[in-house]
Amino acid sequence: MTRLVVGPFNRVEGDLEVHLEVVEGAVTAARVNAPLYRGFERMLEGRDPRDALTITPRICGICSISQSVAAARALGAAMGLVPAPAGERVAALIHAVENAADHLTHFNLFFMPDFTRPAYAGRSWHGRAVARFTAMEGSAQREAVAARADLLHILGLLAGKWPHTLAVQPGGVTRAPGAAERMRILSSLRSFRRHLERTLFGGPLEAFAALETEAALLSWGRGDAGLFLEIAADLGLGGLGCGAGRYLSFGAYPLPEGPAFAAGTWQAGAPLPLDPGLIREDLSHAWMLGEAAHPAEGRTLPDEEMREAAYSWCKAPRLDGQPMETGALARQVVAGHPLARDLARQGGVLARVGARLLELARTQILMEELAQGIDPAARFMVAMGPLPREAQGAGLVEAARGALGHWVRLRGGLIERYQIVAPTTWNFSPRDAEGVPGPLEAALVGAPVGPGETTPLSVQHVVRSFDPCMVCTVH
Amino acid sequence: MNILWLQASGCGGCTMSLLCAEAPGLFDLLEDAGLRFLWHPSLSIDSGAEVRALLERIEAREQPLDILCVEGAIARGPRGTGRFQMLAGTGRSMLETVTRLAPLARHVVAVGSCAAYGGMTSAGGNPSDATGLQYEGTHEGGILAPEFRARDGLPVVNVAGCPTHPGWVTETLMLLGGNALAAGDLDRFGRPRFYADHLVHHGCSRNEYYEYKASARTPGEIGCMMEHMGCIGTQAVGDCNIRPWNGSGSCTSGGYACIACTAPEFEEPRHPYSETPKIGGIPVGLPSDMPKAWFMALASLSKAATPERIRRNAASDRIEVPPTLRMPKR
Repeated sequence: MTRLVVGPFNRVEGDLEVHLEVVEGAVTAARVNAPLYRGFERMLEGRDPRDALTITPRICGICSISQSVAAARALGAAMGLVPAPAGERVAALIHAVENAADHLTHFNLFFMPDFTRPAYAGRSWHGRAVARFTAMEGSAQREAVAARADLLHILGLLAGKWPHTLAVQPGGVTRAPGAAERMRILSSLRSFRRHLERTLFGGPLEAFAALETEAALLSWGRGDAGLFLEIAADLGLGGLGCGAGRYLSFGAYPLPEGPAFAAGTWQAGAPLPLDPGLIREDLSHAWMLGEAAHPAEGRTLPDEEMREAAYSWCKAPRLDGQPMETGALARQVVAGHPLARDLARQGGVLARVGARLLELARTQILMEELAQGIDPAARFMVAMGPLPREAQGAGLVEAARGALGHWVRLRGGLIERYQIVAPTTWNFSPRDAEGVPGPLEAALVGAPVGPGETTPLSVQHVVRSFDPCMVCTVH
Repeated sequence: MNILWLQASGCGGCTMSLLCAEAPGLFDLLEDAGLRFLWHPSLSIDSGAEVRALLERIEAREQPLDILCVEGAIARGPRGTGRFQMLAGTGRSMLETVTRLAPLARHVVAVGSCAAYGGMTSAGGNPSDATGLQYEGTHEGGILAPEFRARDGLPVVNVAGCPTHPGWVTETLMLLGGNALAAGDLDRFGRPRFYADHLVHHGCSRNEYYEYKASARTPGEIGCMMEHMGCIGTQAVGDCNIRPWNGSGSCTSGGYACIACTAPEFEEPRHPYSETPKIGGIPVGLPSDMPKAWFMALASLSKAATPERIRRNAASDRIEVPPTLRMPKR
């Protein structure tokens, strides 16, 4: 058996180290370490509840608005405050813009460059991958960065800046868009659609979003998405890094009529309702002290001894005792999209990246609807009123990378306890007390390792297919 | 010049903001200016063993290092070991890695308030004992001593902000690349004066409300946010309202208070961020360059003289009363 330590693991957000056991050219066991602890939950204790709106976005510079929205909803729940419906829609638009930008960034900057490596030089697609995705030089990278910066103009307008806005509040949003500003937003969205249709998809978004099967997806054949699908078919990425088929979504973009992408779980090929009361965070292999607990009752007490039995600062969240995969694939499976459900039958690298492309197409359509629906005459904020002295609340949202939850408890008008479970906390969790590995750890088993490989390419594809955000993971 | 970029204890948001550079975009801008990344954790192809080999070559002085950019604070905990952040794959803390690399670089740039002063990572009792590179809050000396100078003679250049504006970072790097940044171009806290000599107040779209102390009282109202909403844009350094963020934005134009994120210790305002602390109904922390009594006299005069248009608009979420139109004299 060979042991490999992979790190610094880049083109993921934040710090990641992966320990592998390799036997006869394949991974037999993996341990995932999140090697950075900052202690945001502890920083919040004893502070004014409204400070969470300033502090929690700064957990993460790539999921910043997701953290804002979760904090706003947790505080809103604690106050019993329902946001202004028009404000809730604009908050959903702000959130969707971040998620769309993140999906585009992941595909172009984080995931695709691996196919430019010399190890793939003999493949028929290699020259095109090099031209499009060479790190910082490829034409697709430059086009995507420009399109992303243009799209984020919507956040300059509605949220002041990105990342780290304070525009999303429990009562709505701080910036009331006028009629001309609505036009500017729609114009930015048309420009982003043009980029997606000309460059990423090479065809109409509606046609991509209407694909229903993996076979239809693989024969898409256009744009940079087509290049990825050609590579995926050639390298067998459909069967690489397969998950356990247990998916979790808290439901994305809460709107007055319900979430745009439904909440729920998907297990053994069938939908099940979500009961957040069944979440427990296991600490057996985390450098954390205390017992497994629901996040509403949980604490964050770092084990400064960094005991031998543990190997990560990441806790291990489980739903009814089971590890769950979360992210764009999970969200689209739970939302009932036929392509996502077909992809989930294998649930590997192709499924995760394919579902992220599907969701990007669907999110563009959703953003256009939300922007069209802005009524400049509406009220976008309801006043907060006095803060309760004793209360608790949860904010369950969907970040680009999956289910994100904030649980807050107020005592004496201040934050007594604040717990956060982020998407990659689920996906990259360590083992639990039963020895059951987290979703990435399980998905890596079987990944091929070539002779002499120290940083195996297959492992890099699998890890990046999850689009991990490690700064959120431990926070 | 080459750049090695490390992400220490932070959120990665300064890199995400940097990617918002426009006209030209980031990759064109760096290439045109002769700046190239030896390695960047979000952008480079190299991973794992390739990166460890690069770091070894730099430490062995086989690979010259021009600019070391550090994003994020440096965790010193637990108990001074730095093990709250290990540089993955190396078995070494980020604390040790940065301490070793800093003296080898011609320039050291702290990107963002965390790397500069500790920033948000050091908030609330500082659970990871994080600090900035050459400052701990307002105190000189972080993991590097106050007298530290990079090989070309400058102290750590503190491009503070949470996040940093992409222009602050690209212009600092271009100035360093062009040997055009001197010690006198940095302010008392090591910030480049090209943005730190401005106040966030300069160019604020709410200036007319400020002039009359016509104040917003709840989030969403468009009046001045200084009196009630915690805004300290009159004391905070930054050209945030002179050069826009993400096309047209700024915190104050987005409808929320400036929290002076470019300043050391902004993470501990000692009052709720969104509430102005007051003594006897009078805000503490008035503009820093003005005698308090004068400010109070001007404020009471301007409040008394506030036109109805400004009074009403300040308490609205949009302009309710348009300006009176000036007709040409005939």
